[in-house]
Amino acid sequence: MAEERKKRLALAAAQGSLDAAYSPLILATTAAAMGWEVGIFFTFFGFDIINKKRMHALKVAPIANPAFPEPIPAVPVKVPNIIGTIPGMTHIATAFMKNWMGRAKLPTIPEFVEMAQEMGVRLFACSMTMGVMGVKEEDLIDGAELVGATTFLDFAADADVSLYM
Amino acid sequence: MSAEFEVQKTVDYKGLFCPMPIVKVSKDIKEIEVGQVLEMLADDPGSKADMQAWSKQTGNELLDMQEEGGVFKFYVRRAS
Repeated sequence: MAEERKKRLALAAAQGSLDAAYSPLILATTAAAMGWEVGIFFTFFGFDIINKKRMHALKVAPIANPAFPEPIPAVPVKVPNIIGTIPGMTHIATAFMKNWMGRAKLPTIPEFVEMAQEMGVRLFACSMTMGVMGVKEEDLIDGAELVGATTFLDFAADADVSLYM
Repeated sequence: MSAEFEVQKTVDYKGLFCPMPIVKVSKDIKEIEVGQVLEMLADDPGSKADMQAWSKQTGNELLDMQEEGGVFKFYVRRAS
């Protein structure tokens, strides 16, 4: 607030898995908390984060994710990654992750999106993604701006920090 | 401590992780008057650096910072 012009953060969120959805929302709300102008461009799978029908059901897949920790830290059994191919494992991994997030008192994805909106974060929804993925306009959360890449780049052109997530 | 200033409001964010303490404190600071002091408690180890960065970015003045048994106490004067 020392300077007249506010700093600006422009984020492109292109991933729709539960873990990847948190990063842009954390950075966006933090920047807004510092008084910055913030805009997030939700594109490709990132569009799910602001899709009313899908934002509650984002998942994390353990398969091919070597970073995924052992389910029970107290039991030192190395679970082979191939186990992740068994039907239901994505559901289980997602449940674990939601549990960790809840334990850390972190908001859920829908709560995070709502918080970002309350803080003035602009949510740019990629119109091309909507067409390609067959998403209906009414599935988009209220307050999101349905735009093309041009509008986002016009916003990002004046950004101090721009990140593709 | 805090002999030089009077705390107007205290908020306790122990148990919360980034970005929640900063998100919440940015709202709390608007609930006191300019010039008044907010006390914030947190135990996220990142909050020590984050509160300094937040103060720098927002212009609010970080008057004092104390650490006791893993709990940080921050004293921020609202600037504008």
